[in-house]
Amino acid sequence: MLPLKEKDKPVVQKLLSSGCCARCVLRFCCVLVQSLYRQPGEDESEEGTRTATEQSDDPPKKRMKLDDGLKGSEASAGSGDAEAPPAPALSHCVVCLGVLQEYCSRDHARKVAEAVKTEDYHFETILLSVSLPAQLCVREHSCWLHVKKEMREKVMTRVKDDIVPLKEAFKWSVQGLIATELGGVYLGDEPCSLQLFDFVSILWHYVCSCSDVFLLVHNVEIVSYCPPHGFRHYPTPPGRPTSICTSQAIQCLHTSIYVAGRYNKYSRSLSQTPWIIDGRRMMESSVEELIAEPLASSFRSKGFNFSSSGREDVDVRTLGKGRPFAMEMLNPHRYRFTKMEMKKIQETINTSSDKIAVRDLQIVTRECMGHMKEGEEEKTKSYTALVWTQKPIEKDDIIFLDDIKELTLDQKTPLRVLHRRALAVRQRVIHSMNASFRDPHHFYLRLKTQAGTYIKEFVHGDFGRTKPNLCQLLKMDTDILELDVEVGNCGTSYFQKGNPGKSTGSMTRIVQLGLDFSGDFPRLDVENVIFFFSFQKTRLKQYT
Amino acid sequence: MDCKEEIDLSAPGPSVIERYFTRWYKADVKGQACEDHCILQHSNRLCVLTLAETHPILQDGRTIKNINYKISNGCSRLNNKVAGKSKRGGQFLTEFAPVCRITCTDETEYTIYSCMRGRLLEVNEDILINTSLLLKKPSTDGYIAVILPKFEESKLVGENLLSREDFEAVVSKRANSPN
Repeated sequence: MLPLKEKDKPVVQKLLSSGCCARCVLRFCCVLVQSLYRQPGEDESEEGTRTATEQSDDPPKKRMKLDDGLKGSEASAGSGDAEAPPAPALSHCVVCLGVLQEYCSRDHARKVAEAVKTEDYHFETILLSVSLPAQLCVREHSCWLHVKKEMREKVMTRVKDDIVPLKEAFKWSVQGLIATELGGVYLGDEPCSLQLFDFVSILWHYVCSCSDVFLLVHNVEIVSYCPPHGFRHYPTPPGRPTSICTSQAIQCLHTSIYVAGRYNKYSRSLSQTPWIIDGRRMMESSVEELIAEPLASSFRSKGFNFSSSGREDVDVRTLGKGRPFAMEMLNPHRYRFTKMEMKKIQETINTSSDKIAVRDLQIVTRECMGHMKEGEEEKTKSYTALVWTQKPIEKDDIIFLDDIKELTLDQKTPLRVLHRRALAVRQRVIHSMNASFRDPHHFYLRLKTQAGTYIKEFVHGDFGRTKPNLCQLLKMDTDILELDVEVGNCGTSYFQKGNPGKSTGSMTRIVQLGLDFSGDFPRLDVENVIFFFSFQKTRLKQYT
Repeated sequence: MDCKEEIDLSAPGPSVIERYFTRWYKADVKGQACEDHCILQHSNRLCVLTLAETHPILQDGRTIKNINYKISNGCSRLNNKVAGKSKRGGQFLTEFAPVCRITCTDETEYTIYSCMRGRLLEVNEDILINTSLLLKKPSTDGYIAVILPKFEESKLVGENLLSREDFEAVVSKRANSPN
């Protein structure tokens, strides 16, 4: 017997007579026992025992038809309710519109499992998320208003929030079935998190004339703020649907994998990210594309996010240990790689192009992306510049540069970046310099500076907007011909050779199954929708 | 430093201005003979207002007595303040907006005009302290102002101005008819 109490009887009665399905009734009665939702519904042919005569507090009998059990508890309320018409066996629930009926069957679970198998993911855990049409929450609200009186009268503590959310009930019903179909895969343990980012395309269908589109979560809020008399345009209980929800799409999404390493750039004509102006590509390739290609094919992922600890100009080489970077591989189909395999991928990247080289390539956790940006301001950088001088020089003329320590510069935002950065004066320190003579008009200048120093502007002065600058120090015009950068140690040990970063064994790989439901069924009148919105004076978040 | 790509160091390469800027000229601004201005437009559309080499201030060994950015009672270019990436608050200039007035020791007075439409980002305050910058390095350290044209108008800056060749033609015409 289902764990329904005396006080639930009137509620159950009213719901069944207005056309709710068994599971929805359980939800409204705030039944939290997950296994009960998994029992077969009215379309299964299990044998059940009518418990018309049993008391409501008896322990539940297994293998009982859900509906029969409800009808039984309703009938056992006695008191002249024998005439309450039971809902016809195959009618569509007025609240869930079939979501908790047809879609909780073994067949549907099989379909979902097929969809996952065809995509050929490697995974350990599954997280199920579902997105439903907005009107279901309106229907539920309407039903709640219908039984609110009964609920409140009998049980003072029942509040709308106590009703088991539709999505939860759905997941409880279906998770087990899907897990069995996929071969007993352990389910992600976030059973109660509502995936509130789910959007529903059906929303556009209804509200486009209001030119406002709302996230489902806001719709729920609107409905709960709406006082009962505001609901007068909408029937309580909700009207019988002529058609039910249809499953729109089953999407699988694997959580991202993070790969990190260090890169060297040996070319003076390679940008870090693709350089595209007005749809036209200005430069052949880019650092991120050269690194991402072999990774994307090994991980079988379609997209990526590249992030590095600082960046250099197109015409500047990156030498030394290399610049740390991290790559987020989106929706990978494969995630487990041994150290040998990672080394092999690293080899592939290095042999694919002589413009870049990668080292310490490894799989890391998501936190590493944040760590990389940390301490960017605190780093010191080493540069080597090839300087041209207007007047001829001798070896002795540049020796004094070696003795200059901790030189503070006032750098106005350089003209070459001023179009996209704010105008400001930045103080930066050059810790030390070292000059090596090359010929009467050229010398090499090595510098150790604070992060964020504009070296090119220090050398040529940028119209005098960087002070002091090398022209002033040497008392002649100077220009920079070439620049190389060597990134210093980054302060975290994440990218050192041999240290694979935090162990990723504890991280579960999750495949999310998003089931979209949509359907052609009794529409909300547009005016009702407008009516609801008028309770919210401020514009809610737009979904584009 | 091992260069995989050898660069030719035998001849001086293009200067900063030549690498990044396009030179535009306006000759005889406001009808005043030889008062030529030069706008250096960066490839990122920013413009630097400078005196052309032929400007009278730079001729005949003049020295500057005073540079005044206050062009009227209500307007001083020194009060120009821009904020943020979009440079809000900068004074908007049209082609004939005066930017500063320069008085030389021989009492000759010249007004420097914007020559282009755009937002004033900064004026060079270094030349107030060190006027020789303007005389010795009019194209670099002695610049007058930095102006940002509107995005849609950035390609039109050169429309009403002379290219370097055209300007040099104008200058040589002057030399040939000294009247």
